[in-house]
Amino acid sequence: MIGTLNAMIQGLLLGGLYALFAAGLSLIFGVMRMVNIAHGDLIVASAYFAYFVMQMLGIGPFTSLLIVVPVVAAFGYALQRWLLNYTLGAGDLPPLLVTIALSIILQNVLLIVFTADVHRLQAGPIEIASWAFNSELSVGVLPVLQFVTSVIIIGALQLLFYKSSFGRAFRATSDDQQVAQLMGIETRHIFSLAMALSLAVVAVAGVFLAIRTNFNPFTGPLLLIFGFEAIVMGGLGSLWGTLVGGILLGIAQAIGGQIQVGLPFVAGHVAFLAVLYFLPQGLFPKVSQ
Amino acid sequence: MSKIADDAKNVGDLRAAGQTRRAVLKSGAAAVAASTIFRPTILRAAEPVIRIGHISPQTGPMAGFAEAQEWTLAGIRKVFEPGLKIAGKTYKIEIITKDSQTDESRVSEVASDLILKDKVDILTASSGSLDCNPAANVAELNEVPCITTDDPWESYYYGRNPPKEGFTWTYHFFWGLNEVLAAFIGLWKEQQTNKVVGLLFNTAQDDTSWHDAFAPAIKAAGFTVVDPGQFPAFGNDFTPQIAAFKKANVEIITGNLFTPDFAGFYAQCAQQGYQPKIITLGKAFLFPADVASLGARGVGVTSEVWWTPDHPFKSSLTGISCKELATSYEQATGKHWTQPIPFKHALFEVVADVLKRTTDPKDPKAILDAITKTDLHTIVGHVNWTGKPVKNVCTTPVVAGQWQKNGDRLDIAIVNSGNASEIKVTSKLRPLG
Repeated sequence: MIGTLNAMIQGLLLGGLYALFAAGLSLIFGVMRMVNIAHGDLIVASAYFAYFVMQMLGIGPFTSLLIVVPVVAAFGYALQRWLLNYTLGAGDLPPLLVTIALSIILQNVLLIVFTADVHRLQAGPIEIASWAFNSELSVGVLPVLQFVTSVIIIGALQLLFYKSSFGRAFRATSDDQQVAQLMGIETRHIFSLAMALSLAVVAVAGVFLAIRTNFNPFTGPLLLIFGFEAIVMGGLGSLWGTLVGGILLGIAQAIGGQIQVGLPFVAGHVAFLAVLYFLPQGLFPKVSQ
Repeated sequence: MSKIADDAKNVGDLRAAGQTRRAVLKSGAAAVAASTIFRPTILRAAEPVIRIGHISPQTGPMAGFAEAQEWTLAGIRKVFEPGLKIAGKTYKIEIITKDSQTDESRVSEVASDLILKDKVDILTASSGSLDCNPAANVAELNEVPCITTDDPWESYYYGRNPPKEGFTWTYHFFWGLNEVLAAFIGLWKEQQTNKVVGLLFNTAQDDTSWHDAFAPAIKAAGFTVVDPGQFPAFGNDFTPQIAAFKKANVEIITGNLFTPDFAGFYAQCAQQGYQPKIITLGKAFLFPADVASLGARGVGVTSEVWWTPDHPFKSSLTGISCKELATSYEQATGKHWTQPIPFKHALFEVVADVLKRTTDPKDPKAILDAITKTDLHTIVGHVNWTGKPVKNVCTTPVVAGQWQKNGDRLDIAIVNSGNASEIKVTSKLRPLG
């Protein structure tokens, strides 16, 4: 019984990580209806950048966020402003194709620069620290930190979207790009800011991923599928929905693992399909129809 | 690109010199005529060439296996530089490499290219069943001799659905599961444990064959096996496995995992308050970077070891010892030696030996005949295809090794020889961490 409870808690915390992977993806889909296939690779690229910064300056992974987040965000702005903006407006396909290409380019550039060797960001004793309640129930400090970070980031994004003039511009652009433009909002700039914000979250996700486990240039695509499932389960474009979707996915996988160790992924996909079947708009549809 | 630029520049130069287009065409025609007249002489004078095709994963997830290829092949090419004297005639040797991108269909494509377009006389491939199997299949189909390595032989041989009488054109040398199990079990038997072994295996095809060989063999050796079941690779949560190991008080962990999976598992073990005494895994600890990425807790893990600088072999091609090969690689590149390096070297040792013994290197049947009669001591051990364990496979030794820290450097110490008594143990097993 306690063993099952323990598994559920681990699943819940893992769900927080999935939500963190998905938050940036959810944000740009919400603002510009763009699916970024290179999202997972950008997470991995951020992890490599953090690794590089740590090696150069001799600092820890959490301190490296002070440099990694702004630099990666600036990269996101430039990426959107001078590349991805040109793909928007001509249907769904161009951004999809360009981000697929970006994904392949990123993987191979990382391979050339950093080789195929695996890396991990060493965070010291916190990696293995935990609160043990009894012999069967034990909660790791790092997973809890991940979960809390994820909730704080999603909460902050939610506040930004609904309580600031900045957010109003985002939402206006998302609702009707042309009218927003008529009202004097420069949509290209807004889109670029949204991507910058998305990549700031990506940078945090990358560092957490890289402390948690090893990564190599080809880790990215594996992260994408859980991110997508979390977003679709939560309801496209809804940030809280993404968090709930991620948690649901994590718990479903934990239940699957309790039944049989081969089942976590299957159970996650079944939960995803069940939500799609009964609630095609997801749990928190942004626009009710 | 630069050739086009050069041509354009030449045309420009001709124009500048006042030559008309017609004049250029005329002189071109004369050149063509001249070459036609003299062609027979030119052909007779040219040195005959033997082409060796080589396919390996230079990019993609298996790229680490081919990382040192350029260095290894540079050494081989230097040896081949003066040409190879075969049956009284000197041949120029050309090695044509293709990148498989760690993709099966790409391997078939480049293998066909090498055979049909480049007209290679012998095909080679290395590093994993994704590369070796499709390359060998294309060679078998086109009746071109093919030698492969760096892939456990069961997945090479049974993965290709062999006919009863075995394959005709394709041969392989590497270790197999029996040798790995002998070394692993031999190692555990020498240690003080409760003899309870936990298994960690993924669900892929190769993993299933490992799993099905491991569980009964470990049981037969007098150990208790705790098998939580196979699970898909790149999982993010290992709570059920850890709970099962904790409950059964597992002290030895074995299996076959990708490094990221092991890293996730091992960190979660600590968070869940579980620490095994011995960790002996296939695949996860192949490269020094794999172990370094685990941090201090990774020191002391054990794994299957195909080769170390302490192995008592030397190259039949250059005469250098194992130690010299590792040192010269490290001096030239500044990187830590890795286990695929000597196997790539040995692959070309075998190819060179086969070609030297061939009666006619331009006849595939003669090359094949030479392959079957191979009896060569290489830098990875003895290679001869005697029909054991199967017709097309020759096994090379594998031992159990432990990653130990000596100063700042991580290195493999041999902790059990398994079936390979000629390879000496270099250290006792040290405790984990």
